[in-house]
Amino acid sequence: MPNTILKKEQLIPGQTSKLVIDAPHIAAKARPGNFVILRMDEHGERIPLTIADTDPDAGTITIVYLVLGKSTALLESLGQGDEILDVCGPLGRATDIHKIGTVICVGGGTGIAAMHHIAKGHHRAGNHVVAVIGARSKDLLLFYDELKSFCPEVLVSTDDGSFGHKGLVTDLVAARLEEDKSVAEVVAVGPVPMMEAVARTTKPFGVKTTVSLNSIMVDGIGMCGACRVTVGGETKFACVDGPEFDGQLVDFTELRQRLCAFKPQEAISYKEYHERHGR
Amino acid sequence: MADKQPKKIQKPRTPMPTQAPEARVGNFDEVALGYTEADARAEAARCLQCKKPFCVKGCPVEVPIRDFIGHLQKGDVEAAYRTIKGTNSLPAVCGRVCPQETQCEGACILGKKGQPVAIGRLERYVADTYAAMSACDEITGKPECTPVNPELRVACVGSGPASLTVAGYLSARGVKVVVFEALHEVGGVLVYGIPEFRLPKTRVVAREVNALKEQEVELRTNWVGGKTFTIQELLDQGFQAVFIGVGAGLPRFLGVPGENLIGVFSANEYLTRVNLGRAYDFPNYDTPIIQGRHVAVIGGGNVAMDAARTALRLGAEKVSIVYRRTRDEMPARLEELEHAVEEGVELQCLCGPLSFNGDERGFLTSMTLQRMCLGEPDASGRCRPVCIEGDTCEIECDLAVVAVGSGPNPVLIQATPDLALNKWGYIQADAETGETSMPNVFAGGDIVTGSATVISAMGAGRRAAKEIARRLLGEAAAD
Repeated sequence: MPNTILKKEQLIPGQTSKLVIDAPHIAAKARPGNFVILRMDEHGERIPLTIADTDPDAGTITIVYLVLGKSTALLESLGQGDEILDVCGPLGRATDIHKIGTVICVGGGTGIAAMHHIAKGHHRAGNHVVAVIGARSKDLLLFYDELKSFCPEVLVSTDDGSFGHKGLVTDLVAARLEEDKSVAEVVAVGPVPMMEAVARTTKPFGVKTTVSLNSIMVDGIGMCGACRVTVGGETKFACVDGPEFDGQLVDFTELRQRLCAFKPQEAISYKEYHERHGR
Repeated sequence: MADKQPKKIQKPRTPMPTQAPEARVGNFDEVALGYTEADARAEAARCLQCKKPFCVKGCPVEVPIRDFIGHLQKGDVEAAYRTIKGTNSLPAVCGRVCPQETQCEGACILGKKGQPVAIGRLERYVADTYAAMSACDEITGKPECTPVNPELRVACVGSGPASLTVAGYLSARGVKVVVFEALHEVGGVLVYGIPEFRLPKTRVVAREVNALKEQEVELRTNWVGGKTFTIQELLDQGFQAVFIGVGAGLPRFLGVPGENLIGVFSANEYLTRVNLGRAYDFPNYDTPIIQGRHVAVIGGGNVAMDAARTALRLGAEKVSIVYRRTRDEMPARLEELEHAVEEGVELQCLCGPLSFNGDERGFLTSMTLQRMCLGEPDASGRCRPVCIEGDTCEIECDLAVVAVGSGPNPVLIQATPDLALNKWGYIQADAETGETSMPNVFAGGDIVTGSATVISAMGAGRRAAKEIARRLLGEAAAD
């Protein structure tokens, strides 16, 4: 049963788009932190993408992706009204959300979209959400307005200083933790180096730090173990035990390496795609 | 023993025509080509038509083996087909993947003095040769099915051999069946697990699935039990019964150092990429796989054989099966083991992994093995492997596949707290009916027994389907 793209919005031309997809049965169940597995066509591979938002009444889910290889390029080639062959979910454990006080939600790059859903969950649970988002420059910043609409604080950093603090999100996180000892939790979603840096930053403060891992997956339902990650010395499956784990316990070095498992094949696939499409 | 022993010397089994080993390692086409009509007639003629056929007792679904072979002896393929279909809904599958040597053929009287009748090959011949007249004929062997009554609704969760059996049995009796499959393709282990060279997906599996579609079975892919829906929701939506046949589906790892290095795969991942994802046809298909030059497969079962033979076909220079016991204790189907060895798979017996070793980028480069010897028999009756203290060795490998079995997948179970589990964490189900601790919720196959065979899953599906038919349609419907 293919799922129709109801709306497509290019957030960063040629790089990142937001899709609103018709998937009532997933929208009804999806919670912050869940992901879906997509497959674009009959020859496609299964790729996991975190759900950025849902509208159970409209029966839609929202995903945001960065074009990184063939599968995301294929996704980018689709437009409003087109169908995605397979959309499976909601998968993974939902974020553990309770009323705990102040929560800092950190997002980097496309991860800001996934973080948005978690931030929204914390906001709805009555927590004071401090959103901290970063990008290379102002025009690469995602979901600023959406976060602004419900977060009492949205702190921004850019590498080039074109907007907000010039520097890294970790500078902002450290400063915020320094001035406010009551922060109950820090959640980070984004590139692995960023999540690792956030975990390193929060460690001296002893604040609970949750990271959302983007491991390579095949089935996404615990059948294959492609997504295994070492957490506190134990092997966990990101798809069914996660994707969120205690940032202080994750073996980020192993995660970074495992994300490179298929780099040569990914390059072949992408090159072949470009040649076929003359780009 | 009621049957007289044959005096005359029995002819040997009719060999199965196969692709030559050197040719087949270069392709993913089916290895065993199937009997010709002459082969089938010759093999059928070897059957003694025992008064008390032990072979039937050896079959988990009690296919009337003697009778179907009797029909073949007369050249009546259609009657043979209908005879098999009376109890076995997937003969083309079973003829290919059943461990006949421990089942029907293991019980064949001819095997006492010589070689048993090649029952599996004959079953396959019948299933492949007979062109079904209708979907119902395909599913049940009956020319016409009862029209489907939309008021009678049964859900199957998972779409492997157990669920396909339930769907076939009930839809043929007029029940509306909806099958929920978590992956994007229907067939469960038949699609993601068993390789194309042993079970052709389009010719064999898709044929059965298409017949179910014609019989108005609704197949919903990408529906994950415990995630997209719960069992209770199915009951609340008006399904009168639910059958859970989700398979075991949680790969076991060894728990030795280095197991998360790049190049160490669970057999599930390795085979799912290649079979479901068609990674053997990369980059025409997008799912990638690591090819491996020196491949080690850990385990001695069918899955290990499948992985080893897949690695050869993907171009590995050397493939070794690493097994703690000896060749004689390997649980793999005899034919698979023989085929693997013929194709050049090396057996590294009496060895168990101590560690996986890698380079600074996290890629697997070698394995350290502990040498073993055989000790006293354990609870399974097989000799226990015992470590030989201090006797270790290292083998070079850039790809390792861990094929040491699986455990119960947590996704559905965790979302269904009302389901009672046994001490191994599998679903507890009544031995006769398959009913679980939840009324009108049945379960069967690997999620109840742990990793077993296609045919035992089908047997469990059939028992549950009969009980469901009794409840929905009355005693007479459950034949």
